[in-house]
Amino acid sequence: MAKITFITSDNQTIELEGQSGSLMQLAVQNNVPGIDGDCGGVCSCATCHVHVDPAYWEKTGTASEIEQDMLEFEDNSSKYSRLSCQIQISDALDGIVLKVAK
Amino acid sequence: MSTPPLFPDPFQAAREKRGLGEIDDQGDPVLMVLRHRDLRRSAHKYQDFSSEVEPGRIVVPSEVNIRDMRQIPFEMDPPRHTAYRAVLEDWFKRPLTDDYQAALVPMIDELLETSLAKDACEIVHDFALPLQSRALTLLLNVPFAEAETWISWGTHVFRSEDNPLDADKATVLYDYIDAQIEKASQQPGEDIYSVLLNTEVNGHKMTKEEVKGVLVLTFAGGRDTIINAVTNSIAYFASHPQALEQLRQHPTIIPRAVEELVRYFSPLTQMGRVATKDTQVCEHPVQANSRISLCWASANRDASVFENPNEVVLDRAVNPHVAFGFSHHKCLGATHTRTLMKLLLERMIEKVKSIEILEANEKIEDWGEFQRKVGYDKLTVKIKTL
Repeated sequence: MAKITFITSDNQTIELEGQSGSLMQLAVQNNVPGIDGDCGGVCSCATCHVHVDPAYWEKTGTASEIEQDMLEFEDNSSKYSRLSCQIQISDALDGIVLKVAK
Repeated sequence: MSTPPLFPDPFQAAREKRGLGEIDDQGDPVLMVLRHRDLRRSAHKYQDFSSEVEPGRIVVPSEVNIRDMRQIPFEMDPPRHTAYRAVLEDWFKRPLTDDYQAALVPMIDELLETSLAKDACEIVHDFALPLQSRALTLLLNVPFAEAETWISWGTHVFRSEDNPLDADKATVLYDYIDAQIEKASQQPGEDIYSVLLNTEVNGHKMTKEEVKGVLVLTFAGGRDTIINAVTNSIAYFASHPQALEQLRQHPTIIPRAVEELVRYFSPLTQMGRVATKDTQVCEHPVQANSRISLCWASANRDASVFENPNEVVLDRAVNPHVAFGFSHHKCLGATHTRTLMKLLLERMIEKVKSIEILEANEKIEDWGEFQRKVGYDKLTVKIKTL
């Protein structure tokens, strides 16, 4: 079980717990505003863009090449950007904080 | 010996060798961008490659000679595009709601039952077209009976069988939309016409002409694309009986299967842009005011991005396809289409055992040096009940 915190673009804090699946799925199941996951998690729509709090960057790790290609053309992307559909939930992610991209 | 793919990729050699193709379109040539990366960069750089030009010019083949009305927000660039897009997003996300899906399922079931009862069913006209039209009543939030009018128009809104640019057909659509907007302005309801007439963009209510621009886009953009996606899926499951079985065994992969089928079919081959200045694409000079096209169909088979690009891998986990376009102008109807396709596959695995093709007339697009199979003019099948 991992505790995951999403901070929405209007600074609402949503604390969730997840066991499996992707961070995108967890967010969509819990109606986190700004995470749509239109493509169901295959890295084609970029509607699940988050900024990882730099303190937890080591836990999520960096984006794959294909994911980086998607992020390159996203507005508002930063060096801590990830597509949350590409991050699988595990105990190792416990405590991480993600800011939902605008 | 391996069998040829059901939908071949005519762009492979040109994409790998040069990255570009050329079409002479009514004296206004088009430079086709064939590689995934070049395409995404060009799609994103609206400052260099504009959609906000003479109405109809970004479409390939060009529609400048048959219309002067601007489709919204499709033929606009940011920031003007952004304001229109923002007010349309919520409406076009309605397919995610339970009510919408609960209304769509019986439409699919009814057509499947009817088709299952027949010895031979022609999919394009007797399944895909009615399904597309009836589902559109939900997206527009208008009475179910309206679909009968749209079905009577045939498979294309702008095109008749023998003429790709048929101005008379467009007039039928325009007159219909004008009448609906007029009706909504007299007696507002909860349909898209009434809602848009009451929507403010940049501090003013949308005009009738602007509402028409949104509706023409919705009708034209979501017609033969959805018909192709549905028909081609039926053809695919007919040719690959184990695929239907795979979905039956593993229904949780259906969302991935939808993305993969849409990638593989790429129901819209390409969309144009116009260069705003002298620039370049794929190290090739592009003159100001000349046209390029973003060839989604080619980018979706780019082997540098997709492993085994000519195979349908139903559970493909990483699939950055561009079948719904890319960046600011990505398809507004994508949510509707994804929902329709997902529910269609879910219902098919409940009801359909197998499909046999009896007769198939392929629809081949002619793009000069490239001949592309985009779908079928006719696909007659026998669907067997589970």
